[in-house]
Amino acid sequence: MTSTASSCFHCGLPVPPGSHHTVVIEGVARSMCCPGCEAVAGAIVSGGLDGFYRFREKDSDRPEEAQPRDRWAAYDLAEVQQQFVHDWDDGGKIAALLISGITCAACVWLIEKHLGQLDGIKKVSVNASTQRAQIAFDPTMIKPSELFAELERIGYRPAPATAANREVVIQSEHRAALRRLGVAGLGTMQVMMFAIALYFGAASGDGIGEFERYFRWVSLLVATPVVFYAARPFFNAALRSLRARHLSMDVPVSLAIGLAYGASFYATVFGTGEVYFESIAMFTFFLLLGRTVEMRARHRAGLASGGLAQLLPMTAAKYQDGEVVHIPVAALAAGDQVLLRPGDTVPADGEVLEGESGVDESLLSGESALQQKFAGSPVFAGSVNGDSTLTIKITAAGQATRLSAIERLVERAQLDKPQQVALADRVAGIFVAVVLFAAVAAFAVWWQIDPGRAFWVSLSVLVVTCPCALSLATPAALASATLRLQQLGLLVAGGALLDTLPRIGRVLFDKTGTLTRGEPRILAIELLRDGWSEQRVKDVAAALESQTNHPLARAFRAWRGNLTASQLKVHTGSGLEGQIEGALYRLGKADFVTGEKMSLPEGQGQWLLLGDSKGAIAWIALGDKLRASATAAVDRLIELGLSVELLSGDQSAEVQRLARQAGIDNFRAGASPEDKLSHMKQLQGAGDKVLMVGDGINDVPVLSGADASVAMMSAADLAQSRADAILLNGDLQVLPRAIELAYKCRRIVRQNLAWALGYNAIALPLAFCGLVPPWAAAIGMSFSSLVVVLNALRLSQAEAGTEDNPAISRAGVPGLAD
Amino acid sequence: MESLYFLIPIAVILVGFAVKLFFWAVNNGQYDDLETEGRRILFDDDMQRAKPETKEQQEK
Repeated sequence: MTSTASSCFHCGLPVPPGSHHTVVIEGVARSMCCPGCEAVAGAIVSGGLDGFYRFREKDSDRPEEAQPRDRWAAYDLAEVQQQFVHDWDDGGKIAALLISGITCAACVWLIEKHLGQLDGIKKVSVNASTQRAQIAFDPTMIKPSELFAELERIGYRPAPATAANREVVIQSEHRAALRRLGVAGLGTMQVMMFAIALYFGAASGDGIGEFERYFRWVSLLVATPVVFYAARPFFNAALRSLRARHLSMDVPVSLAIGLAYGASFYATVFGTGEVYFESIAMFTFFLLLGRTVEMRARHRAGLASGGLAQLLPMTAAKYQDGEVVHIPVAALAAGDQVLLRPGDTVPADGEVLEGESGVDESLLSGESALQQKFAGSPVFAGSVNGDSTLTIKITAAGQATRLSAIERLVERAQLDKPQQVALADRVAGIFVAVVLFAAVAAFAVWWQIDPGRAFWVSLSVLVVTCPCALSLATPAALASATLRLQQLGLLVAGGALLDTLPRIGRVLFDKTGTLTRGEPRILAIELLRDGWSEQRVKDVAAALESQTNHPLARAFRAWRGNLTASQLKVHTGSGLEGQIEGALYRLGKADFVTGEKMSLPEGQGQWLLLGDSKGAIAWIALGDKLRASATAAVDRLIELGLSVELLSGDQSAEVQRLARQAGIDNFRAGASPEDKLSHMKQLQGAGDKVLMVGDGINDVPVLSGADASVAMMSAADLAQSRADAILLNGDLQVLPRAIELAYKCRRIVRQNLAWALGYNAIALPLAFCGLVPPWAAAIGMSFSSLVVVLNALRLSQAEAGTEDNPAISRAGVPGLAD
Repeated sequence: MESLYFLIPIAVILVGFAVKLFFWAVNNGQYDDLETEGRRILFDDDMQRAKPETKEQQEK
């Protein structure tokens, strides 16, 4: 992001030299990095919505390659629509979509405006924090598939929000938590107001005056909904944990609230003893606050991972009586014949009947090269057809597929996942025992001294030692660390992550898509003929590759359109040819291009030869590039004393090359999902705590079995849902920062616990001796809780790490520029 | 001091209203998306008047 001249105006990625994609936005020509961005920006401008570029605060996501227009046709089928389209008033329908690529509030504006301009759209409402859109439309005027196509045209990736049920659950949970928080907050203010009046003299005199009794009754009235409504989740959780024969932090919390409320109620009704309503209300409020913040962070992560990359298509093109019909994938059965066009995802395991094509199985096996398939070869659900059309016969569908087998592996791995018992919960068990014992002992001792005071003294023991600070110690620190991580670009989904990270001894990386961008780039060009420039080679190759879906074609897309090729022909497995400016060019394997074998040049990557009728012109090396942040991140991790390892399903020498480049000494190539899992188990067996960073389906078993796991934002949905955290911006340097933050978080949790226990150690004997009046108990409790919360807040400002890149605090999205 | 006997109940009733209002707002989805709505007002439709240069400076 140095200057507008060299970075794409739409997505912020660098514009490769020689690329000539521009769009005029608000009167100024802006350069674009690829035809995708150009098309999206063009669509935005032609819709009159170029104000979007002025409103937005972050660069947009780079759009996918343009997809065939009928890609979304499946969503017009009634069976498929059932899952995300519902009836609305007067004949209208409402579609629930999940839209990824929303980076800021301006995106919401753009989507609502753009869709709103279309005929037949009645209402659009987009929620940026959940990335969900509700679109009301008239089914007689516009089809759902057009909604999808329009969203894609302006650069977003739509998917049906079929996980809508879970979303409803999350929403109602969130609202319930807010209502409880509101009741507890307002109740606390009121009760506090009465309590302060009582502290400062309303309770003058020896007995209990008229005003005091009045104030007590009012406090009781206000505190009752706080206890019975706002604090109910604690009681429920405590009951659950007791039934499971396990003492969690909820038990002392409920005990304190319940007993204090019971005793205060008794004191109010019979006009004796002390009341603790203000302590109860404040305690409930603080705790709810901590838990609500934690819950919001968790929900956010859950929503972000909803169905980004769907593994299986929703429909398949099945041959029926000689015709192709689109049917839902769920209706596929073994024996069906299915047509796969280039770019289609294989819907079920099968066998090729006709055709020859390269199939991308990288999600399943990690192997980056296309697998050549011909009649008789097996294909697996979830892999993507590369360059030409195939007809396959389904051999296994649904649960019987290889993909489902991996999912089952995941479930098993998850069962074996080492369970973490939160430090606070371990302390809680001991704490409850000590407090209960002290309360009983106080009662017994005071029964001997002054039977009248015995009950009140033992109650004040319970309230003073009220585990407020103790139970806030961990959630407050976790909540503020979670928020801080979110700002850094790591979305934490599992609460145990921060507990586990400081204990990690080994980090395992996947290769494709994790350490690398998962996208081929031009590594080198070797010219073989005079008079040709590298730029000319790129332009010719880009023109030849312009029509294919082959993954390697992506390497050339920046220069697409500089030249135009005609009569393009794909020769599966060997290369392609086409006419440019009257000459015939070929790009591909050497024997295909020149008709004779040529030895590959020295050097890394996959070599393609460009040639014409007169012979070879240039070698082009393609390969995956490391993320810009990879080397620095690995260095920092090693500096932190962790061992770093690369696990890849890829067979090629690429693994070694990239490992070297990233500074990783230990690497493993050609590892199947089972191998990866058993390797990790072996490491765990040797006593290492393992952090796995990955993105593919083949990593999922390891992600679910590892002590801690991070999935990339571009990862397969399944991978994201099984990981403890999602790396939003692809900046691997966030990982060492997160680990440092986790160290800091652990330190603060310990400080908090020490403070809370220390406070209790002083307060308990005093209460035991009957020296603590209710007001002192309330102040002591509030003060100790405040200390704990303020201490935890230090984490949210913490620059985890010694120095910090200013770009991170500014935009929160670094690392995109690699 | 006797005024407290009716001032406090009034205060409690007002708090009751506040809670009810808050519940209404929560159930109505007012707190579902705290980020977008606050900025929506900035995306007004009379943007043509603004000069394109301002954007460029913000980008830096």
